[in-house]
Order: sequence, then structure tokens, then C-alpha cells
Amino acid sequence: MFKGRDIISIKDFSKKEILHILDVAEDMFPIAEGKKKSNLLNGYIMGSLFFEPSTRTRLSFEAAMKRLGGDVIGFAMPTTTSIQKGETLADTIRTAESYCDVIVMRHPKEGSARMAAEFARVPIINGGDGAGHHPTQCLLDLFTIRREKGQIEGNKIALLGDLKYGRTVHSLAYALALFKVEMVFISPPELQMPKEVVEECREMGAKITIKNELDGLEDIDVLYVTRIQKERFPDPEEYKKVAGSYRIDLKTLEKAKEDMIVMHPLPRVDEISPEVDKTKHAAYFRQTFNGVPVRMALLALVLGVVE
Amino acid sequence: MKELKVQPIKDGTVIDHITPGNALKVLKILGLLEKQPDSIISIAMNVVGKRGKKDIVKIENRELDPKEVDKIALIAPNATINIIRNYEVVEKRKVMVPDEIVGIVKCANPNCISNTKEPVQPKFIVKSRNPLKIKCYYCEKEPEDISSQII
Repeated sequence: MFKGRDIISIKDFSKKEILHILDVAEDMFPIAEGKKKSNLLNGYIMGSLFFEPSTRTRLSFEAAMKRLGGDVIGFAMPTTTSIQKGETLADTIRTAESYCDVIVMRHPKEGSARMAAEFARVPIINGGDGAGHHPTQCLLDLFTIRREKGQIEGNKIALLGDLKYGRTVHSLAYALALFKVEMVFISPPELQMPKEVVEECREMGAKITIKNELDGLEDIDVLYVTRIQKERFPDPEEYKKVAGSYRIDLKTLEKAKEDMIVMHPLPRVDEISPEVDKTKHAAYFRQTFNGVPVRMALLALVLGVVE
Repeated sequence: MKELKVQPIKDGTVIDHITPGNALKVLKILGLLEKQPDSIISIAMNVVGKRGKKDIVKIENRELDPKEVDKIALIAPNATINIIRNYEVVEKRKVMVPDEIVGIVKCANPNCISNTKEPVQPKFIVKSRNPLKIKCYYCEKEPEDISSQII
């Protein structure tokens, strides 16, 4: 079912397939923690092609491969490669695939992973294509919600911050709609969730509320915070006002449910105060860790080592 | 006697009811000048027909595969393809928007991989025919004004 498949967009997967990935990730959890040793991917090589900076995606993919006994080749910045000499992505992919069994890539252009998949014989895993997709982030978010709350269905989930440009929230909203959860989209008017995303989610059966104010956290189960980028605002004062009003601190959390979790794809700038880190609400570092078992599951599945 | 502006052809293909002004684009999209440099092709533009103005393209001694001609549906949605044998129309049908549009429309997203030096042609998936909605195969963006994106 998964052997040889590309992982380009979360939309390429059914709910049943997503749940299967999460189940495999659950099996991988003790290996990701280093509590159990594995040689599942011994003899396999992952090509890690990062044309753009990344901390979590690249490191967790490399950790995932190595924890499963596999090896990694690649680059973290294209400046050390022939891309600097003007080589196309298509040729870079054709070269890299002759040295490895699976390719993980991040590239600034939208649709780059889809194009790479056309040229590669080995599976391509999209680690982010510009403002396009970031399916492995979406899967680890779902994994985190399921792990923290027991299940995905039945939760009321608020997505907060830059809902217009943030690539993770579009995929996440779609994936959550597959589970028919109730969602609240909180953003400044200029950074609202695109209309087509809202419509699509509603058509899929998700109940959605759209708001500008960060209030009414009393009945929220998951608060998913995203970074608001300064460069989206022509006026720096306007940015300060918006960023300040969405800052999560102890006071914001006073009215929250005891078991509400705060998630964030990271990096954060100042949208979550460090004082929140020590509270039981903070799930974002566990979320970061969850990237490892989820990416282990994906590697093992597309390489056909696990069915 | 009324003078015929464009003579009937004995054998070949007539593309009729092309949106006025688009005949040259039709030739370009079909690549006829490159593929058949020796073909005799007549073009009539802004001809007044029963349903108003139209353009017509006649290609002699070549029967185009209607599926191949479907590519023009984006710029000439009302066009008809007539296959002519010995001055008779032996096959006639309207163009239909194909499921996939390759190399005709450029993606409107400047950050799309299809707008780079990569060796790929722009490719769109048809989401709906009426109203016409297409989605870039690569970046998944939908152009708002399709006609302005025609290459």
C-alpha cells in the first residue's frame, strides 16, 4: 500500500491511510526514544536534500533514519553543491537518486516536490515546498493530538495566528476536517484562513467558527499557535499590535480547560511566553519530538520494510 | 456572383466557430506551423456568420485528431472540428475541454516550480468544465483569469 509511494501532500492520503501511518508511528515510539534498538532500515540510505534552512524537519528525519539503522547522505544548504553552478532541481534529483533509496527534500518553490517525484524512481518525501505543503508536519501534529488527547475526533481545536500564509495550518485544517472536528480559526482580519480552505473544510463536515479575538478558550481542547511573520505587515506598529494581542502567557491560560494543550510547529518568536513552557498545557516540545516516530513510520512504509 | 473569401477544401480539417481574433493563437497552440510546415493553411478572421463574428482555420490534406484539437477549447470554447473528405463533412464535433491541459496555460504563481528553468511544461488539472476551473498540477493554485495566462 505504501511501498514506493511519494509523500507530497496530505491530500494524497485517505483517513484510513493517515490512521495507519499514526499506528506505525506509535510502534516506533520506543525506538525514537532510544529505549529500544532497531536495525529495520539497515543497508538503506536516505538522501536529505535541503535547499532551504531547517532545524526540526531535517534533524528529525536524520534521527529517524539513524535510529532505524539506516544511513544518511545529503546537504543542508545548496551552496556546497552543483546547484550553485546552475544545475536544475530535476538533474540534482536524478543524481541524488542514484546514490540513495529515498529522498527527503525541502525547496523554496511551490510544487517542487511534485516535480521531483516525476523525475525520481525512488520515493520523494516533501519536507516543505515554499508556501505549498508540509505533509510530515501535518502528520506529526495529528499524531500529537491523538497521543495527548487519546483521539482526534471529538476535540475542539483552535488554530491561531497567521492562517493566511502559514502552510502548516492549511494542511492541518484539511486533515482535521477529515476527522470532522470542530475548529475555531482565530486571526487578524488581514491574515484570515483562505476562503477556499474554509469552504472545503465545511463541505467535509467540519464545524468552523471564524474570529479575530483571542477569547473563549474555556471550551477549547487544543490551541494550535502559529508564528505571525513581521514581513507580512507594511506597518511595524500594526504588527506589534497584532502580535501582542495573540501572545500566549499564564494570564491567557487562566481561563483555559485544565487539560487544554498548546501546540506550535516552531520556531516561535514571542507568540508563546517562555513561562508557559513549564505548565502542563505546553505540548510543543513533545510535538517536536513526535516528528521522529512519525518520520520513522513514513520511511519504513515507503521503503516497504513495514506494510 | 458572390466572391468566396475562403475556398472550400477538398480534404482536410476545418476548425470553425473560433472566438473572433483567436485564429492565430489556435494555430500556435496546435503547433501546426512547426509540425506541418508544408501544409496549406487558410485563415479567415472576423467572418460574419449566422451567430455573429467568428474565425475559421482550414488545414488541407490533414485530418486532425479531434482529441488533439481539444487543446484549443480554452481559448475557443465554441469551436467545431469538421473533417472533410472530397468536399463532404464526414465528421463534426464540438471541442471539449480535456482533463489535463499541458503547455498551454502558464501558472500565475511566480513561485511555482513550473515558472523556473526546470525542464517541465506547465500542467493543469481541470476541476470543473462549467464554469471552467483549473488547478496547477505542481503548486495547486487556481488562476483567476485563465485567458490572461495563455502562453
